[in-house]
Amino acid sequence: MKIGIVRFPGSNCDQDCHRAVDEGVGAEAAYLWHKSHDLEGCQAILLPGGFSYGDHLRAGAIARFSPIMREVIAFARDGGPVLGICNGFQVLCEAGLLPGALVRNDSLRFRSHPVRVRVEQTDTPFTSEYEEGDVLRMPIAHGEGQYVADQSVIDALESERRVIFRYVDELGQRTEEANPNGSVRNIAGICDEGRRVVGLMPHPERVVSKLLGTDGLGVFHSLIGSLQATGDGTTTQTTRAGDGPAAQAAEAPATHAPGVAEASAP
Amino acid sequence: MPANQLSFRVEIRVTPREGIVDPEGQTIARALEDLGYRGVSRVGSGRLLKLELQAPSGEDARDLVTRMCEELIANPVIERYEVQIRSPETASP
Repeated sequence: MKIGIVRFPGSNCDQDCHRAVDEGVGAEAAYLWHKSHDLEGCQAILLPGGFSYGDHLRAGAIARFSPIMREVIAFARDGGPVLGICNGFQVLCEAGLLPGALVRNDSLRFRSHPVRVRVEQTDTPFTSEYEEGDVLRMPIAHGEGQYVADQSVIDALESERRVIFRYVDELGQRTEEANPNGSVRNIAGICDEGRRVVGLMPHPERVVSKLLGTDGLGVFHSLIGSLQATGDGTTTQTTRAGDGPAAQAAEAPATHAPGVAEASAP
Repeated sequence: MPANQLSFRVEIRVTPREGIVDPEGQTIARALEDLGYRGVSRVGSGRLLKLELQAPSGEDARDLVTRMCEELIANPVIERYEVQIRSPETASP
């Protein structure tokens, strides 16, 4: 099982994602360069946070046309699991894989602090290990995180249960104060119609250790679990459900491929 | 450049769609008020892009720019755009 982490010029959470996959849940992680045309057999794709292409024009607008994104879009349209975190969420919206857009925070400030989000739905490859209603503490770090969309899109997201994370207070209540950026209906994360593509503004990859908190680990455990449950999790190999874990253990490659370990060194 | 191409100066104005927050405009409005300017009821902000491009005709230039706007320059979810095409100059061969 191999998880691909796309690196755009300006990505800066790629190493955190790598560690969340590798040290966090013990799966193989591989960096995918934005100019590449090859997903290298990865069974899931993470689009990390950062400031791809300097956020020029609009956050995520240029990254969407990277060569690798053509492959990621095809992979997602085939049902492959894709997670966009922060700038990755912005890229997914710009690419049309998720509806709506992320605009300047209503405060006009770059917000960098922990928030609480409530898990609204657990039937995605990135939330299946959580319980509905779980309140997670995760950091945010963004200037453009205000989720907006046409009313009809918002209504569809709600009725189709595609709001996956919502900003809440410590008690799990959706309040105006708990909303760090003015997102409509406190939306922090959504999924696509197929429920395989998820985007969120908070950073689960930054809370996968005892020191910083472990509330984000569930995102990565969910992914590994869902890939195991479907054999490889890709649409090309979906016939091994049932013997997933055994099959995975047998074919799991070394977690620390030399090139990968080297690349992840600070 | 092929001899039948004309040069156009194009201006594209990209502004937030109705109902989409324009925090930059709001901030400028507040600052104007703080400075004592009265009578400003609204400030709208946006982005101006200037292009120089070659195309066989004004119609072709407009088609081309419209495609650019739809694909990259504006995000129709949050923005609208206006295109102005300035009078063509015959390109020197």
